[in-house]
Amino acid sequence: MRVLAAMSGGVDSSVAAASMLEAGHEVVGVTLKLWSGPNGEAPTAGCCTVSDAEDARRVAAQLDIPYYVLDYSEVFMDGVVERFVADYASGRTPNPCIECNRTVKFSRLLDHAAELECDLVVTGHYARTRLEGGRWRLLRGVDAAKDQSYVLSMLDQDTLARVRFPVGEFTKDETRRRAAELGLRTASKPESQDICFVGNGDYRDFLRRVAPETERPGPIVDTDGRRVGEHRGVATVTVGQRRGLGVAVGEPRYVVEVRPDTATVVVGRREDLAVRELVVEEISWVAGEPPADRDVEVQYRAHGEAVPGVVGGSVVTLAEPAFGVAPGQTATFYRGDEVLGGGIITATR
Amino acid sequence: MLYLDHAATTPMRPGVWEAMAPYAADAFGNPSGSHGVSRRAKNALEEARERVAAHLGCAPAEVVFCGGGTEADNLAVKGPAFAAGRGGVVTVATEHEAVLESARFLHRLGHPVTIVGVDRFGRVDPDEVAAAVGPETAVVSVMAANNETGTLQPVAEVAAAVKAANPKTAVHTDAVQAFMAGVDVDELGVDLLTLAAHKFGGPRGVGVLYVRRGVQIEPVLHGGGQEMGRRSGTVNVAGAVGMAAAMDAAAADRERFAADVAEARRRFEAALVGKAERTVPVDHTLVQHSHLRFAGVRNDTLLIRLDRRGVAAAAGSACQSGATTPSHVLVAMGYRPDEARECVRFTFGWTTRPEDGDVAAGIVLDALEANR
Repeated sequence: MRVLAAMSGGVDSSVAAASMLEAGHEVVGVTLKLWSGPNGEAPTAGCCTVSDAEDARRVAAQLDIPYYVLDYSEVFMDGVVERFVADYASGRTPNPCIECNRTVKFSRLLDHAAELECDLVVTGHYARTRLEGGRWRLLRGVDAAKDQSYVLSMLDQDTLARVRFPVGEFTKDETRRRAAELGLRTASKPESQDICFVGNGDYRDFLRRVAPETERPGPIVDTDGRRVGEHRGVATVTVGQRRGLGVAVGEPRYVVEVRPDTATVVVGRREDLAVRELVVEEISWVAGEPPADRDVEVQYRAHGEAVPGVVGGSVVTLAEPAFGVAPGQTATFYRGDEVLGGGIITATR
Repeated sequence: MLYLDHAATTPMRPGVWEAMAPYAADAFGNPSGSHGVSRRAKNALEEARERVAAHLGCAPAEVVFCGGGTEADNLAVKGPAFAAGRGGVVTVATEHEAVLESARFLHRLGHPVTIVGVDRFGRVDPDEVAAAVGPETAVVSVMAANNETGTLQPVAEVAAAVKAANPKTAVHTDAVQAFMAGVDVDELGVDLLTLAAHKFGGPRGVGVLYVRRGVQIEPVLHGGGQEMGRRSGTVNVAGAVGMAAAMDAAAADRERFAADVAEARRRFEAALVGKAERTVPVDHTLVQHSHLRFAGVRNDTLLIRLDRRGVAAAAGSACQSGATTPSHVLVAMGYRPDEARECVRFTFGWTTRPEDGDVAAGIVLDALEANR
């Protein structure tokens, strides 16, 4: 088959492309140019920097495959950056990488791949897919520490048929070893953790620059409504956050709620963070429909555990209270290693 | 592989590499020295200068060898502006970035700069250029032919109108794309003219700025004072020899080139009627440019499909990462960014045979077919 490999310039996507080539496919490498800042400045981190695109280009040359840079800056701005800013402004904690998967990589890029006469899109995500009985299943990656299935819960039968995640079958060490065996220049390249369009690792600086309106100071109150301090803007705090509030009252205080309309941040004790129900919207199911049995395990942050719960419509009821669930984050539903679906948490109670 | 990106660069003409080779090997001398090794290099350099001058219709002393088209454009725009103190610049929205960015740089330094617009086909109005010229204008820069669309500018008319407005204003033309169309400096009436060797079958990394006698320019590169103080740096003798050799070969081939390329282009465009439209009518462009708009087709997608089928073409200008961006040339011609993204540049060259037009069209049709 002819395969479009989305190459970020990192080791995982390099090995993903190489694996498809080894498997006998015709591979075309692309890097998505997602971002040039409001003033056209080059990004400093992530998959759209010039040096990362250069690494991808050099790996493609080493593999002797065609390679192109595709300009996705408009769709990325509309689909990811604007929502990121709007979410923070409304007191949510967005996950832009998931939004990018939803609106860019596994939608626009899939369509584009077909236009470029490719049958499949390959990325360097740590997750596995299986075709069983005519149905596609999505599973956690082999390497539990690197598993990225949490950020892929928007995939459905149609998209799974057109994507492959070769490194999901490997541990990270195996991926690096394969890269080293192939002599790929990215073999020992450090992992990038930053949000690609933010740069310097501080999203608060970014928000201050692109959306100064999110920097509206306001009161910090306790759960009884008593004013205990002042914050620098609702976008600077996240539900569950403890440090950096400037509130000293002897025992630890956590952000338990953000009220954007009055620019109020509510702090409380750890037990005030406890929630039993998540309101989840934009739910999608890998199978195309919810499972008959609604008992699932719910993961509500990227590196957290999955906890038992029951999905009823848009309300997920947890078996045990959860702490520090931030609206805006994704809830991914599992059964064991298998991803069943997921959506965006809009409220908790 | 069918190479239809000759405006980006074109293969070396036969004999050019062989002509250069001695000056990269045995005759390696620095032409600025006084001993025999230097003399041999110096002789070759001056002979190359004479041959270049003959093609331009100018005196050898008016030929400044430099590092290529971009450098020559920088010198042509900044040189007169700096020599005049804070001299002004008038140029056109569709110029090459080497001219436009030089002008914008001068603007940041406080020089008066005017950028004149163009019509739907990318042509500038000579009267509009002249109207922008004032007593402070040190240089006017209007390209001979556009690198993207191939649009020919009325350089001689612009030069005459500018001189009527201010006889002291120097007129520059970037003729990087136009060597095959003829570049006689007196016919064009220009004081400064840019050429780059690799666009007509010479080597990369060498170019010429013609500087009419009496035109004052401040150098951009300061140093040892080579090239009569106008461009410091040890002269690239092999490059200069290669440029002269390529000029000889290309000039001798002008008639055949024009006939073959025109025929290839005619066949190519005839086969694409209904699928693509020329952005500029044939009689307003270089013979080798086929700049086409494919309505409803994104150019980056089409180019990748063509690459797969072995056809090399281009769109807009490539940014550092290689992503295609909407062309400033097409935007200046009144295209919306999404319309500009439907345009592809096919440029034929000296290696093109007439039947290549048929083959290329067949491949383009096949690539378009798969789109549906």
